[in-house]
Amino acid sequence: MNNAVVVHTEGLTKVYGRLVAVDGISFEVREGELFGLLGPNGAGKTTTIRILTGLSRPTAGKAFVLGHDVRTEIVQAKRYIGVVPEQSNVYDELTVLGNLLFMGRLYGVPRGERRKRAEELVEILRLSDRKKSLARTISRGMKRALTIACALMHKPCLLFLDEPTVGLDVAAARSLRALIQELHHQGITVFLTTHYLDEADLLCERAAILVRGRIVAIGSPAELKGMVQGEPVIVVRFDKPVANLEKILASRVPESGMVALNSQEVRIVGGDPAQVLVALTSFAQETGLRIVAVNTVQPTLEEAFLKITGLSPVLMAQEKGK
Amino acid sequence: MRGQSLNAILAIVAKDMRTYYLKPPAVSWGIVFPVTWILAFYLRHPSGFAELAPGLVAMTALFSTTAAEAVVINFELRLGALERLLLAPVRFSTVFLAKVLAGALFGLLMSAVVTTGVVLAMSIPVNIAQLFLLMILSLVSFAALGAFLCVLVREVFEAQTLLNLPRFVMIFLSGVVYPTSAMPAPLRVLSRFFPLTYSVEGFRVAFSSPQVNIVWVDLLALAGFTALFLLIGARRFAARFV
Repeated sequence: MNNAVVVHTEGLTKVYGRLVAVDGISFEVREGELFGLLGPNGAGKTTTIRILTGLSRPTAGKAFVLGHDVRTEIVQAKRYIGVVPEQSNVYDELTVLGNLLFMGRLYGVPRGERRKRAEELVEILRLSDRKKSLARTISRGMKRALTIACALMHKPCLLFLDEPTVGLDVAAARSLRALIQELHHQGITVFLTTHYLDEADLLCERAAILVRGRIVAIGSPAELKGMVQGEPVIVVRFDKPVANLEKILASRVPESGMVALNSQEVRIVGGDPAQVLVALTSFAQETGLRIVAVNTVQPTLEEAFLKITGLSPVLMAQEKGK
Repeated sequence: MRGQSLNAILAIVAKDMRTYYLKPPAVSWGIVFPVTWILAFYLRHPSGFAELAPGLVAMTALFSTTAAEAVVINFELRLGALERLLLAPVRFSTVFLAKVLAGALFGLLMSAVVTTGVVLAMSIPVNIAQLFLLMILSLVSFAALGAFLCVLVREVFEAQTLLNLPRFVMIFLSGVVYPTSAMPAPLRVLSRFFPLTYSVEGFRVAFSSPQVNIVWVDLLALAGFTALFLLIGARRFAARFV
């Protein structure tokens, strides 16, 4: 990996009053990489993006984007970066094309190229049928696509995506993930934040896990998973749904980590497999349940996250209303 | 970089005009309200109306520039759309200036309609160049004051309430309907702190004769207010985000 460093931070810190939102983080993102910042609500992901895009000033530490210091030269860097915030913020009173043409003008795209580029983007993002519709009349998924198109209008080489699939239905989220991969294959460096670990596992080449403003682990998804390699992972499925299955089992095998897959199925990470099986059998007998299946599997990024942070990915997703 | 800033200013002004200002709510607040006042005063006392015309034109400039600033700034702030502008490769102060200039341009359009109507209807002699210069300074100064007040608060209704305070205080204390010379001394002193006072005084001279009679004090005062409001407004605007 000899590509140039496009994002570099050293001891980056942001304090709001008494709250330390970002606490001395240091990391690098290289040209052409698809890098993810993972973490629960309030971990400091959005604050980090706001600092790197010039919307917030760091309290301490250094940050460079495309070689420009974010404190003093962020305007120069902004010419080459695109930002997709968590909340779509297109202009409802403008049409889909109108929004794109405005962004082109704002970023100084030459007049002759603006319409061509806008037409290209509505085609790529499958907005052609609604290009003359007011933005307020299109669906949430389309608005998200339009927000991304706006960020791409000036052909940035570095794209920041803050929780890109939050609030989208399954089909729209899948389509958006495919688009992110496509942009990455075109050579755009992508820096995204997400709390959906399956999304990070699918998309990211490298990821940093951020908890309470601090990076607690950084590496490729395989490296992060490697941190729980050697730990037994058991998936058990019962014949009937059980309310609070994850909590009940966690109390019976406290040394293991629990990830509820649904109300009948749970992944159990770590602990002594023999004791886990005894606990599962006695739980099934006491509650009149039948164990339908027990499998041992490879750890996922969720398990790695659970192990590294001690936070439940399920609760994290619920916080965001998944 | 200057070209980029100018480009961004033009883009934001054009977008704000199309999406906010040239819409019924802004037009009604910017022109219907002053026109109603003008008609009320005219019908009450047609023969003395010429004397009131400078004040009413100044009032039109004040109301029209600030007509939609709360929407243009606070509504966008709430939606997150303002941050989209701040992500553009220009300084925050450039975005603030664009917002101010959009208000001033809308004010110019509304004031031009009212001024033309008043001048033609009353056959008032006017020095157009002087009036234009005073008008531009007044419009930018009012728009910068309005934008500064808007960035002090978050919600549209808070901004509207805050904007009403200087608007109505200035109408009564800046000589729009009641000459400052006839006010008690403390109010006369107070009126010197309002840009509208200098607009009314300057317009009065411009409306009295087609001859050039440069009102340096009014021009300098308006230029000073413009610079002050732009400076503190831009600083406050940037401080809100970083």
